[in-house]
Amino acid sequence: MTSDVPEAAKPRRAPRPRREITTAYVVTRIAVLAVTAAILVYAVPPLVAARAWIALAVLVAVTAAIVCLYLTRRLIPAKYLVPGTVLLIAFQLFPILYTVSTAFTNFGDGHRGDKQSAVTAIETGSVRQAPGSPEYTLTAALRGDELVFLLVDPETRRVQTGSGEGLAPLEGARLGVTGKVLAAPGLTVLTAPQAAARGAEIAALAVPTAGGLIKANGLSRAVEGRAALDYDPACDCVRGDGDTWTADEARGYFLNARGEHLAQGWQVGVGLDNFARVLTNPTISGYFAGVFGWNVVFALASVVTTFGLGMGVALALHHPRMRGTRFYRIALILPYAMPSFAMLLVWRDLFNRDFGLVNQSLGLTVDWMGEPVTARFAVILVNLWLGFPYMFLVTTGALQAIPRELTEAASIDGASPWHAFRRVTLPLLLVALTPLLISSFAFNFNNFNAIQLTSEGGPFPAENPQVGATDLLITYTFRLAFGTGGAQFGFAAAISVFIFAIVALISVVTFRRTRRQEEVYA
Amino acid sequence: MRLALRHVFVLVVCAFALFPIVFVVSAAINPLGTLASTDLLPNGASLANFADLFGSDVHPFGRWFLNSVFIALTASFAGLLLSMSAAYAFSRMRFRGRRVGLLALLLIQMFPQFLAIVTIFIIFTEVTELYPAFGFDTAWGLILLYLGGALGVNTWLMKGFLDTVPRELDEAATVDGATHAQIFWRVIMPLVTPILAVTAMLAFIGTMSEFIMASVFLRDPGSKTLAVGMYGMIAGDQRNANFGMFAAATLLTAIPTVGAFLWLQRYIVSGLTSGAVKG
Repeated sequence: MTSDVPEAAKPRRAPRPRREITTAYVVTRIAVLAVTAAILVYAVPPLVAARAWIALAVLVAVTAAIVCLYLTRRLIPAKYLVPGTVLLIAFQLFPILYTVSTAFTNFGDGHRGDKQSAVTAIETGSVRQAPGSPEYTLTAALRGDELVFLLVDPETRRVQTGSGEGLAPLEGARLGVTGKVLAAPGLTVLTAPQAAARGAEIAALAVPTAGGLIKANGLSRAVEGRAALDYDPACDCVRGDGDTWTADEARGYFLNARGEHLAQGWQVGVGLDNFARVLTNPTISGYFAGVFGWNVVFALASVVTTFGLGMGVALALHHPRMRGTRFYRIALILPYAMPSFAMLLVWRDLFNRDFGLVNQSLGLTVDWMGEPVTARFAVILVNLWLGFPYMFLVTTGALQAIPRELTEAASIDGASPWHAFRRVTLPLLLVALTPLLISSFAFNFNNFNAIQLTSEGGPFPAENPQVGATDLLITYTFRLAFGTGGAQFGFAAAISVFIFAIVALISVVTFRRTRRQEEVYA
Repeated sequence: MRLALRHVFVLVVCAFALFPIVFVVSAAINPLGTLASTDLLPNGASLANFADLFGSDVHPFGRWFLNSVFIALTASFAGLLLSMSAAYAFSRMRFRGRRVGLLALLLIQMFPQFLAIVTIFIIFTEVTELYPAFGFDTAWGLILLYLGGALGVNTWLMKGFLDTVPRELDEAATVDGATHAQIFWRVIMPLVTPILAVTAMLAFIGTMSEFIMASVFLRDPGSKTLAVGMYGMIAGDQRNANFGMFAAATLLTAIPTVGAFLWLQRYIVSGLTSGAVKG
């Protein structure tokens, strides 16, 4: 990386002489201002409504900087770099950094929000109907724009309004036979269909009372409930049901004396725990090592088989008296041109045990995707089919660049064809194609589609439905984050960081090698 | 004799390359339309599967097709333009931070965007609330997401192409009074058009096949792309029954890409040896 000519040593270019103002100059500047104005008109109001002041400040600052950039005649490189860079920062760089920081937390199911929302969730989740409390007849109504409850005690027929602030007595309401309120002064009573349309709002409204909360139970009943669990800030613990759970800030859970925790926790930093789990927890590190080993085997086998077959046909066609090469070539690149996601799904069904063509035509009853060995063989075969046309194309290109005189000279010197290939053609091919082989390895190392769309990582051992025999690190990570076993975003992010480190290592090696062959920074 | 052996070998490989495609054709015109009743060679011919495909309310194939083509076209062309202009700056101009920028791009492109899918999901949950037009279930949101990855994928490749265009050309243009924008559009772009076409086509096919981010992003049936929609078409217990429809859809999806491939075949080899990778 030291090959770059030190830029400071070059004389700074003198600023361009100022030009006269042309039509193009004026038009582009007006266009810049118009686009900016349009973006601001569109983007600002929602941020103001949501009171997202920081986001608003960032938006205004970024927009102002971009306007200045395109109005000035200087900073020409930045004019070309900024559009892509802004998107890169927003949708790739920021997510990557956020993911890396997530790896140091326990973010996931049960640890999604902060402590305050965990306490709220625990308290409202434990609300049960208080013993002996009345079951009110409920009518929903509007006070201005605000939704309120009209609550009628069935015994005393006393009417109260309930809102987010609490209960208040209401005089002068007219009741129907069922006990529902028909009309009330100053309020708009909602009809049944209107109330049904606002069902979500009605279910969300909680009216605080002295001992608990009044919540709707359907659209025409409301009950008073009491939270069985209660958070006490004095001891930083949750009490109720004859037990006490104390906050554990290190784990992000409320724990009781027996070490059990409440389901709802909050997000805390766990330092290097996630990384340590991958390396030291015997069950996980065993699976991780297994997945990693297979991942390397899969990527290597994909490169070797595709390159071997692709080079084989390229060499076979590379003969002066070979006829029909045009036809062969079209047939051979068709797999590359077909939509790969669909063909992966077709291959999955070719290997289907009951109806699959492979079993039918060979008269077998092999459960291809049900056994680790056959499943691994199958995914490598599928990837060979998808990948060899690419290798065929690049080897054909590289072969045409090798002068025929070299192999002819070798044969005149008495080398057998095999020897000429081994000593002359192959080394020259490898010089040209090594960078592509390494990037193909890196691509297959994270080849999510090839596994997810064929075997979905399976078959899974009976004792662990999380790690399958054909799982790559990337599919394993995806299952940890989005799978059925509950989301473990923090742990998944830690594995992503490992994948990143591995691929980065591969790429560093690649560029060390290619830098010898070409001037990368030229 | 030797020549005959070569032909035999190539024919065997051709058979391997073609048999899944023949199978798809056979399944697409199979009148029964199930996986179980499909053989390598068609046992009847009808267009029933195609008719089902376009008549289906559950699987709006036409919508998916348009969504996919729209997203892939927009994302690949806009992405190429973004990375092309960045590559122009990196190739032709000397400025502070150039080396750092190139190295940073190299590092970033090693981190596949979908590794950060959880974060992307969280970001777009927020965006959906603020700006529904760019949120989940919209083409524009997904396009923005793909464009975020554009610079990392193609800038190095494009810079390589631009470095092969002699600098004397832009110097001559500068002497004639051309601005940097005129050099970019009138001098550089026409010279790299053939290679640009191949890269655009590969980016287009790659985006058409992109599955993981689209599957997290598009959940409403009407907004899905072909990859997401067709995956759902043969998901679970519909795998056997809908296979004919799926095969018909595969064939229709393949027509534009295979056509473009055969048309640009001559350029593809040179494009690939410069390092273009299909997604």
